[in-house]
Amino acid sequence: MADTTVTHIGQTQPRPAGLQGVAADWSSDQRAFKNVSWGKAMMWIFLLSDTFVFGCFLLSYMTARMSTRVPWPNPSEVFALHIGGSNIPLILIAIMTFVLISSSGTMAMAVNFGYRHDRRKTAILMLLTAALGATFVGMQAFEWTKLITEGVRPWGNPWGAAQFGSSFFMITGFHGTHVTFGVIFLIIVARKVWRGDYDTGRPGFFTSRRGRYEHVEIMGLYWHFVDLVWVFIFAFFYLW
Amino acid sequence: MVDITPADAVPPAEVAEMELYHPHSWWTKYVFSQDAKVIAIQYSATATAIGLVALVLSWLMRLQLGFPGTFDFISPEAYYQFITMHGMIMVIYLLTALFLGGFGNYLIPLMVGARDMVFPYVNMLSYWIYLLAVLVLASSFFAPGGPTGAGWTLYPPQAIMTGTPGGQDWGIILMLVSLILFIIGFTMGGLNYVVTVLQARTRGMTLMRLPLTVWGIFTATVMALLAFPALFVACVMMLFDRALGTSFFMPAIVEMGEQLQHGGGSPILFQHLFWFFGHPEVYIVALPAFGIVSDLISTHARKNIFGYRMMVWAIVGIGALSFVVWAHHMYVSGMHPYFGFFFATTTLIIAVPTAIKVYNWVLTLWRGDIHLTVPMLFALAFIVTFVNGGLTGLFLGNVVVDVPLSDTMFVVAHFHMVMGVAPILVIFGAIYHWYPKVTGRMLNEAMGQFHFWVTFLGAYLIFFPMHYIGLMGVPRRYHELTATTVMTESAHDLNAFISIMAFIVGFAQIVFLFNLIWSIRHGREAGGNPWRATTLEWQTPETPPAHGNFGKELPIVYRWAYDYSVPGAKEDFIPQNMPGSFESSREPA
Repeated sequence: MADTTVTHIGQTQPRPAGLQGVAADWSSDQRAFKNVSWGKAMMWIFLLSDTFVFGCFLLSYMTARMSTRVPWPNPSEVFALHIGGSNIPLILIAIMTFVLISSSGTMAMAVNFGYRHDRRKTAILMLLTAALGATFVGMQAFEWTKLITEGVRPWGNPWGAAQFGSSFFMITGFHGTHVTFGVIFLIIVARKVWRGDYDTGRPGFFTSRRGRYEHVEIMGLYWHFVDLVWVFIFAFFYLW
Repeated sequence: MVDITPADAVPPAEVAEMELYHPHSWWTKYVFSQDAKVIAIQYSATATAIGLVALVLSWLMRLQLGFPGTFDFISPEAYYQFITMHGMIMVIYLLTALFLGGFGNYLIPLMVGARDMVFPYVNMLSYWIYLLAVLVLASSFFAPGGPTGAGWTLYPPQAIMTGTPGGQDWGIILMLVSLILFIIGFTMGGLNYVVTVLQARTRGMTLMRLPLTVWGIFTATVMALLAFPALFVACVMMLFDRALGTSFFMPAIVEMGEQLQHGGGSPILFQHLFWFFGHPEVYIVALPAFGIVSDLISTHARKNIFGYRMMVWAIVGIGALSFVVWAHHMYVSGMHPYFGFFFATTTLIIAVPTAIKVYNWVLTLWRGDIHLTVPMLFALAFIVTFVNGGLTGLFLGNVVVDVPLSDTMFVVAHFHMVMGVAPILVIFGAIYHWYPKVTGRMLNEAMGQFHFWVTFLGAYLIFFPMHYIGLMGVPRRYHELTATTVMTESAHDLNAFISIMAFIVGFAQIVFLFNLIWSIRHGREAGGNPWRATTLEWQTPETPPAHGNFGKELPIVYRWAYDYSVPGAKEDFIPQNMPGSFESSREPA
């Protein structure tokens, strides 16, 4: 596997200034991004592609919402919980968002301890991240159940435009799937950290590649991305 | 005169040696292989197999169009199914898969001097998911109601309604599932191609020394990674409309006197999503062709490519521009005139980088030492075909001219010329060019010449008359044309002529397939570098290249890919990995 950090820069000639320098840097020898390993580059490019997927989902939802002639259900009422005798708007979503953002924090700490080769703390923090992610998915399941019992279906709902239910289930479902996959892979990577695979250089089962602590960071990139997407879903779906 | 300075200081390796997966058995060597070259051949074979299905479908369509009323088994429903599957298979499962999955996998690691793709296991998964997508697609032929007949654009609402074949049966569901699988599989491969080009080049191989083939495939892959998401989303949403009864794309609609459950959706939204994918898709198949043809022309004219840097920037520019032109496919959808104005302008701007490329190809040929080998013939044929197809694009890119021509056979002729025939010609040329590297033997020249002339002339005899028929106003996608008033007697004779030509060209492809199989055993021994080419794939120690591509030491690159006929050099080509530098080389500084 490629080194994470570059130890020496190949080019010896002075570089041109200005835009030509930019082009020269990008097209430089062997690697366009000097301190980026293959795995990290691949994850970044995948996330760029995935951004387009979520972008298309959200744009389609906004188109539907803006062009429908039937009133859109009021998110403040629909997503309210009846707690202690009064309806508190968006309380569940607020907690969900808090949980997910917190999981980004634990993930970042896991990355830090990973690079210090602190197996125990890294694995615990990753499992904590996975637990927070699972909690998020669990609360999402609760929210789905609540809405379904109130009569929301992909093809219609009691309060207005049918596209409300279809967009809601599609977008939160797609995001929830991302979180679920994240949880699964967090557990897999945490197991590898715990077992010390990244210290002993144990080859992967399918790939026969040696793992490195950088995998924790790559995992983290995905996890932060999923969180970031949630912020946009939160803003465009619940706050609009 | 000769001016060989001592070898440049070789930059030290930044990338550690790749850990390769070494196969343990026949299965992991030839079937579940993680070697990009094997995956490339798997991709190519699968794409060719499903492409043959699409070829047969085109014959069936031409039977009906040329001789309406003669063939009872081609019902209107069947005809629409043929059209749809022909289009979808050719564009996605053949052209995209063959250029990126086939040529990309084979050529990228070899040309950039890597041992393999950066993540061979993911690369292998990419192929198997692609195969699954193809099988799901093919299974729709045997599903109740047959495959979908919605047209390759799958426009809602008709795509999922009763009147359309497969609309309320299995057809459309299988099509959408297959597309979703294809996109997932492609993403796995595409990430590999991009990262390999960006991060795994050998020493000395700067991006500005890459052969244009790699530039074309690389840019097309980046575009595909950004364009396929739109199709993915459109497919998911339509699948929900069809399977769950949502109304993303379905407006309130009355079918057979009955109000459907749908309401409030936007069919135009689908068109935007589809064409945000669909237009870049045109260039996803065109850019690899541009790149490959540049290398073919340079190699077989024994001359450096003219304006290498402009060629690179033109590829990148076309790639970027192609994301802002999609609505020129929707001029008749009732869009705002200013919107049409914007998209017509961007569309015509694409002509600039495209014209740069065409001029540079021609200027590369200018006073070159042209060898009229079979790959070169195909490359030359591509240039003329692409110019012809591009010129009709100017008609269709302008709103006022497009509106009367929209949905006529003129459009069919246009896109077949520019993104059907032209890239296919490059694929043929590329196969004749790289077959010796893949198998170690040359393809038979006589069969190749026959294949070329029949295909090239035949394609013109098919599609030139079609422009004329289209200008007369004959619409596309009509099952029977004799009864319409726009179809005169003479135009109908032309239609029959087109059909006969289509059969002839189709049969010439069987000669080609025979050649592919025959030459594996009986072709002339090729040696390592039969075309005396400069790029790294021709400098491998073994032919065909072994697992790991380059033996013990990775090659070191000292120059660009186009040092042909350098004055003072001993031979008329200098391989990229030959040390030393030549003052008279035309490599841009």
